[in-house]
Amino acid sequence: MSLRKLFVALFLLAFAFCPLALAQSVRPPDNAVNQSAGERAGVSNTLGSNSQSDYWRNLRGGVRGTVSIPDKNAGVMVQSEGWHWMLVRNGPLKKYGGYALGGVVALLVIFFLLRGSIKVESGLSGVKVLRFGAIARFGHWLNAIAFVALALTGLSLLYGKSVLLPIMGPHAFAALSSGAKFIHNWGAYLFIIGIIWIFLAFVKKNLPAKEDIIWIAKAGGLLTKGVHPPARFFNFGEKFVFWSVVLCGTGVIITGLALLFPFQLDFIPGELPVHKMQFASLWHAILALYLIVVVIGHIYIGTVGIEGSLDGMKTGYVDRNWAREHHSLWLEQLESHSNQKKAAGELAE
Amino acid sequence: MARMKFLCDAERCIECNSCVTACKNEHEVPWGINRRRVVTLNDGEPGERSISVACMHCSDAPCMAVCPVDCFYQTSDGIVLHNKDLCIGCGYCFFACPFGAPQYPQSGNFGSRGKMDKCTFCAGGPEEDNSAAEFKKYGRNRIAEGKLPICAEMCSTKALLAGDGDIVSNIYRERIVGRGFGSGAWGWGRAYPAGTSG
Repeated sequence: MSLRKLFVALFLLAFAFCPLALAQSVRPPDNAVNQSAGERAGVSNTLGSNSQSDYWRNLRGGVRGTVSIPDKNAGVMVQSEGWHWMLVRNGPLKKYGGYALGGVVALLVIFFLLRGSIKVESGLSGVKVLRFGAIARFGHWLNAIAFVALALTGLSLLYGKSVLLPIMGPHAFAALSSGAKFIHNWGAYLFIIGIIWIFLAFVKKNLPAKEDIIWIAKAGGLLTKGVHPPARFFNFGEKFVFWSVVLCGTGVIITGLALLFPFQLDFIPGELPVHKMQFASLWHAILALYLIVVVIGHIYIGTVGIEGSLDGMKTGYVDRNWAREHHSLWLEQLESHSNQKKAAGELAE
Repeated sequence: MARMKFLCDAERCIECNSCVTACKNEHEVPWGINRRRVVTLNDGEPGERSISVACMHCSDAPCMAVCPVDCFYQTSDGIVLHNKDLCIGCGYCFFACPFGAPQYPQSGNFGSRGKMDKCTFCAGGPEEDNSAAEFKKYGRNRIAEGKLPICAEMCSTKALLAGDGDIVSNIYRERIVGRGFGSGAWGWGRAYPAGTSG
């Protein structure tokens, strides 16, 4: 007999007994007994008669149930990972990030007090040498402006609640944060362009060279007066900043994009979308804090730290004596080429 | 002062989703947001249980701890509420909440988040009680009207209890005693499974 016929037969059978069922008394049958709570142990509960603590405890581990609402991820009743995310963000991330930021500023102040602004020792020659062409400078400043905007708005998201909120009050700080979020979300695209730009513009000059080892051994001559280890276009310190920015910047971009498109982009490991966001937001903050520390050092050296450094990025030209002291090999190469009647400008770019 | 709590009795919940529907209707919750949901565990298998979940109004609420603009506040009844005028839609409370309570309406393209929305224990928000502004942002303020949350009031099996935590736990305790099973002791389910001499 086919299944369908069986159903039909059962249906008809049920129909036949229907009047009988309707006529049935609502009173309990004669053989019915009233069970006390203790007597119905075991069979009355599909989970068994004993403790169900294991069953419920497993919920904390992210057991997935089913829901009838469209968001099927809502079937996970408890995501305990959020607790860990909170503990890391409000704990070590905030604490050690703060120490790192405060520490680098303190170190630079001490360094400045001890060493002062490092002057061009042989004095300024007045002869200018082209160091950065317009394309390179544009890329640098695009990246710099985007980075500073992103760093300040990002820091206000992590530290604003404890630093700015008590001063500004809730409404002004919320308005500021709302603007900061807008700047952060859109400044991100400038930073992405900037990173690609500086990578293409400077990658060749930032490849490791054997002079770097000497430079590291002499700590770049930063600690001792009159010491200037030889360097090509970029010394090791500059290469360190470059690779930090390019590599960690890429990490910040990847995690940032995942946070910008939380349910659309899916390249972060994790079971639930919320796990991916937790992972991305922590790494985003860790890498960004590291970059901010590095860039504070970079800004110091580029401005007050070493006389004449900013000129290269501002005007494109640096003093010849500055170049001789900080980038001796580059200047030698540059001048031997220009002796051969080659335009220095092309090379400098 | 009473400490307001939710309790869902998994032995009673029949997954009718009335709480979900009642909540959406009472507060006119926008599309895509469910302040309350019913999760069914082991659906269709022996030991199936359903639980209605929403914001649990935690004593030490993770959402409050991570909010970068400090938009949350806890009432003297222990209800965790938030100020949508301050919320910037960063998503942090959603990352932190164990119960998945905070949700965001989509405010623009590419999934950008609007102001966070979550269960208010039917207690509205910082606006004037039962004002139009409060209703628009947070839904009805039943607590101010002297009523308890609509989800629990509507519950057909009285599985979902809401109100003074002491009263809620007393009701639950009476039920547990009456059922006469589930000592709640850790490890018993594994050590002395049903069907053995116990």
